[in-house]
Amino acid sequence: MAVEHPLTQPGEQTRIHNIGYRNYDGPRLGRAYARRSLYSQSLRGAYGLGRSVKSKILPMLLFVVMCVPALIMVAVAVATKAKDLPVDYTRYAVIMQAVIGLYVASQGPQAVSRDLRFKTVPLYFSRPIETADYVRAKYAALASALFILTAAPLIVLYVGALLAKLDFADQSKGFGQGLASVALLSLLFAGIALVISAVTPRRGFGIAAVIAALTISYGAVSTVQAIAFERSSSGAVPWLGLFSPITLIDGVQTAFLGASSAFPGQVGPSSAQGLVYLAVVLALIVGCYGLLMRRYRKAGL
Amino acid sequence: MTVIATESLSKRYPRVTALDRLSVDVGPGVTGLVGANGAGKSTLIKILLGLSPATEGRAHVLGLDVATEGAAIRERVGYMPEHDCLPPDVSATEFVVHMARMSGLPPAAARERTADTLRHVGLYEERYRPIGGYSTGMKQRVKLAQALVHDPQLVFLDEPTNGLDPVGRDDMLGLIRRIHTDFGISVLVTSHLLGELERTCDHVVVVDGGKLLRSSSTTDFTKTTTTLAIEVTDSDEHPDGTSAVREVLHARGIETHDGGGLPGAGHVLLLTAESEDTYDLVRDTVADLGLGLVRMEQRRHHIAEVFTDSDEQRKEAVGHGG
Repeated sequence: MAVEHPLTQPGEQTRIHNIGYRNYDGPRLGRAYARRSLYSQSLRGAYGLGRSVKSKILPMLLFVVMCVPALIMVAVAVATKAKDLPVDYTRYAVIMQAVIGLYVASQGPQAVSRDLRFKTVPLYFSRPIETADYVRAKYAALASALFILTAAPLIVLYVGALLAKLDFADQSKGFGQGLASVALLSLLFAGIALVISAVTPRRGFGIAAVIAALTISYGAVSTVQAIAFERSSSGAVPWLGLFSPITLIDGVQTAFLGASSAFPGQVGPSSAQGLVYLAVVLALIVGCYGLLMRRYRKAGL
Repeated sequence: MTVIATESLSKRYPRVTALDRLSVDVGPGVTGLVGANGAGKSTLIKILLGLSPATEGRAHVLGLDVATEGAAIRERVGYMPEHDCLPPDVSATEFVVHMARMSGLPPAAARERTADTLRHVGLYEERYRPIGGYSTGMKQRVKLAQALVHDPQLVFLDEPTNGLDPVGRDDMLGLIRRIHTDFGISVLVTSHLLGELERTCDHVVVVDGGKLLRSSSTTDFTKTTTTLAIEVTDSDEHPDGTSAVREVLHARGIETHDGGGLPGAGHVLLLTAESEDTYDLVRDTVADLGLGLVRMEQRRHHIAEVFTDSDEQRKEAVGHGG
């Protein structure tokens, strides 16, 4: 504590003086502002901004890895004067799902486990924000971070396609469908990752659990789908796709967003089945939000 | 003016009653909330912050109803938790700025207030380093800073001296005193050490088992007799100095007790100081006998003392205190 010393002593001139306590009578912007602040802090944190250099490496690296193939495709398309991009907008995220999975597994626990582990949560709830504000800010931040990660390569593809003078209307439609698809994917993946991470204060467990949930479900689903297809019971293939996050997105975009399915034999869901897919995706998103609300209701002080 | 007012406030969980019809009024200034672990201190703070509904009864903080105006209360009140709550990988400045914004301060004001507040709690150059490398004392200061950064009208400090060494403890108590005298912020500070609060608080509220035991100003507490511990040397003339002093004091009508079963307490005499004169009497007695006075100190009150006036229990309480 700085103690007020008179300036009479020589050599003391450089001392920083305690100028006394000043009251704050400026504006207090309240709950909505606090929620926005938490959102922007979490979103920046998802790319390591405002955190240590070490924590910037992985998210930035994954972002680059996500964009490089798009750049190469664009370069090839421009150079060879191709009539179409080598990959559909909607297909890109499905191909790059491992990168997306890694990203969400590393940043999901970062977003919530830290607050739980270091018991920072009570500090948030001793301020004007409520449980719902915290959950919404964190959910929105991770979903936005994922959207940035998945939409950036689509923008690269789109800009490249326009530079290659491909058909504007065609490309714009595909780009729009791609954006809608990755928006849905971002919400779904963010929800799943946050629910899993919010269970454990240990970041390592969170990362492992999220990766496991995404890859094991996908591995199991695609294996069983392949077997079903080989056994020529391809009617079961679309129904099996309901059981892993990425195949859910694949199904929705095949049914509604003009994508070609990545399922074995390209047996995508029909429109009716597509509605089931969409319902399941929306139910999962709402369910994740509900579970997070339940998780934090008791996390008060 | 009343800062905190509760009216038969109760909080019952399925198996425990954390607060039992607690009615207490707290005015401006520094107020100590004393109670053993599990006495209901943290539950009370939780209710006062509007985070946990009371089972019955009502409470007002700064004139706002905790049941309906929780957000408004939390905007005007600061809270320093008992437990660790700081992420180790960010600097104190970054962390406190973030917390200031969470309290609704605009970005520029948040930065300015953070610099001010950290300086007031005594963190200087180290505030740019990650919190992970801080000592316990520095961490406590950061915790205090985040509770003060939005210039609240009232702060709740939950066990702020926990884990501090004696010097850090004194610093923290001095700082708490300044929060009221210099900053003009009312303080509710919890502790399980009454002696510690006596030096800092204007008013002390004692709770036990969720019930109010006592609420009075600190001067009332100090009016009650204090226990004095003395220890003397032996000399050639008096091979057992302790018993020599005891005999003389007995002759002067002062009851003494042994120091209890504590290690090294064999040479400690405990006596009740009725007034200032007792101190003089002890000093003179020891001097007359030609002995050295190794120590003469006030024993800190133990929480149990407050609600037991029987001498027997006091002796026991004193044995555990200090």
